[in-house]
Amino acid sequence: MSVLVDDDTRVVVQGITGGEGKFHAQQMMEYGTNVVAGAVPGKGGQEVEGVPVYDTVHEAVAEENADTSVIFVPPAFAGDAVFESLDSDLDLAVAITEGIPTQDMARVNKRLSETDTRLIGPNCPGLITPGEAKLGILPGNIFAEGNVGLVSRSGTLTYQVVDSLTNRGIGQTTAIGIGGDPIIGTDFVDALELFEDDPDTDAIVMCGEIGGEDEEEAAAFIDDYVDTPVAGFIAGRTAPPGKRMGHAGAIVSGSGTGTAESKISALNDAGVPVGDTPEEVADQIEEFLA
Amino acid sequence: MKLHEYQAKQVFADAGIPTPASQLASDVDGAVAAAEEIGYPVAIKAQVQVGGRGKAGGIKLVDSEDEAREAADEILGMDLKGYHVDRVLVEEAVDFTNELYVGITMDRGEGKPVAMVSTKGGVNIEEVAEEDPDAIAREHIDPSFGMHAYQARKAVYDAGVDQSVARDVSSVLTTLYQLWDDRDGADAEINPLMVTSDDEVIAADAVMNIDEDALFRQPELAEMEEEAAGGDELEQKADEYDFDYVRLEGNVGIIGNGAGLVMTTLDLVDHYGGEPANFLDVGGGAKAERIANALDMVFSDDNVDSVVFNIFGGITRGDEVAKGINEALEQFDEIPKPVVVRLAGTNWEEGMEILNEDLVTVEQTLEDAVQRAVEYAAEVNE
Repeated sequence: MSVLVDDDTRVVVQGITGGEGKFHAQQMMEYGTNVVAGAVPGKGGQEVEGVPVYDTVHEAVAEENADTSVIFVPPAFAGDAVFESLDSDLDLAVAITEGIPTQDMARVNKRLSETDTRLIGPNCPGLITPGEAKLGILPGNIFAEGNVGLVSRSGTLTYQVVDSLTNRGIGQTTAIGIGGDPIIGTDFVDALELFEDDPDTDAIVMCGEIGGEDEEEAAAFIDDYVDTPVAGFIAGRTAPPGKRMGHAGAIVSGSGTGTAESKISALNDAGVPVGDTPEEVADQIEEFLA
Repeated sequence: MKLHEYQAKQVFADAGIPTPASQLASDVDGAVAAAEEIGYPVAIKAQVQVGGRGKAGGIKLVDSEDEAREAADEILGMDLKGYHVDRVLVEEAVDFTNELYVGITMDRGEGKPVAMVSTKGGVNIEEVAEEDPDAIAREHIDPSFGMHAYQARKAVYDAGVDQSVARDVSSVLTTLYQLWDDRDGADAEINPLMVTSDDEVIAADAVMNIDEDALFRQPELAEMEEEAAGGDELEQKADEYDFDYVRLEGNVGIIGNGAGLVMTTLDLVDHYGGEPANFLDVGGGAKAERIANALDMVFSDDNVDSVVFNIFGGITRGDEVAKGINEALEQFDEIPKPVVVRLAGTNWEEGMEILNEDLVTVEQTLEDAVQRAVEYAAEVNE
């Protein structure tokens, strides 16, 4: 079992004729992902790696029954590409693109609230159900089938923690990289809810970092609704305060949230142990599963 | 990307927000001439990208030519919190009765822009936010509609702004939002927005941060970027190489891919008793040249005693990383500082085959790599 993605998922790759789109479409197919179409304006009628390319996502849905898109479109056009996937009534859109202007994402976020499509990302590595399918750029070989759900704001940190788990023989149901941008689709709370409802997920890893208040919100949600044991990690304990957050951004909430300390203590208060190192997180998961 | 005060003021003035008369000067004579033209009293303000300029002696109010000369001479060339001052803004001193705060930013929690107004302007607004959050009125904006006029009025009335200036403050706020929206602002702020004895409002300071990701469609602002850049030599170098780089106090240099993993590497250096010298994220998919540039950056920092390279490849390839490390190190007769390398993920095995192990120390795990780098740094200081 898994959440969001499995071997029935029918994928359209937006931007499949670009370097990244082509390479990762191929990698996804090699992993076993059911890539049924590409969508690139002006490139309809071509084939990439044996996959038919359409001019629009709507056509890919009509002709190939695509239900999920993975977006490898350059930042200037990626906001529009996400709008297109939302307008095509897909179940899931995964935006890999890094560097989409924040104001474009604010508009996407508004539209998202009016549709039934779920968005993962942007600026994320995607998600993977080991042994079934991967959507995005994650290195498939480090993952293993198993019973741990993983959600992370950071791509490479996901790899680091997964590597520690897999090396101990602990596999994953699904791993979701939600992305580190200020405005994202699926957040920690959404992912935790999915894992809580998945009967095959017996433990959850949640990797956060400094900035924003998503981890604090997740901690409150865990306290109220999550029975599955959760182990946490927070990156940025030693990051200098004030270096990354803009002036006005820091005063929106007007409270001492957003720091590593506030996130760790919120998680601890919700009964979530937070490891000092990725290995300690794996130790904790091992203990949960013992 | 943060604009200098004089740049932000120009952008605000062009949009119709009232600002004091001002001129930029880069030498003492120019500053005095500007002061004479504007008429005393004037403020002479260092143009550097740091907060608390006034307290640090970077802003002086002067009443005469002699005072202007003395103040300009003192401020130009001074070192303000590590930033060299080479320009001052000479500005009409506004006679005010009241100071307000107005600002627009993105509320990441809500995923929406938010307009903020406070009657507690002229002070450190972050402290106000911390100690008396209710003193700041907040109004969220639907980005697909923009700010309605009633929303600007509501924020202004909620903040308790005096009736006599409410209409003008609302108008400034509306203009500020439009500007923020048109120019891909991250933050746009006026603190203080001064109220004069004639009930006029005037922007005595101006802050404008632009979303770096949107600079491609803001060519006019992108041109200002070169002027706005500054800071210390290493940070300028990081800008040239286009790295996410933050200089820190310690002596263990850190290079990695992906912000979360780099931060984790910093945290582990600290965990094992070392002190990070920097945060350097090469980003995704770095090629050999970029890796070599990263090493050049970290070697340029005199505080660095050892370097740890932590790459977990997804989109980044281990062979490219190894090539870059070799290229950077093979040009030295003697490696300036010990380098510890940990490669994992995509093509790590190919990378390990390429990597010249005479030049670096290889470790298989993140923990081992960090501990080794911390040990090397400690040996230097023995």
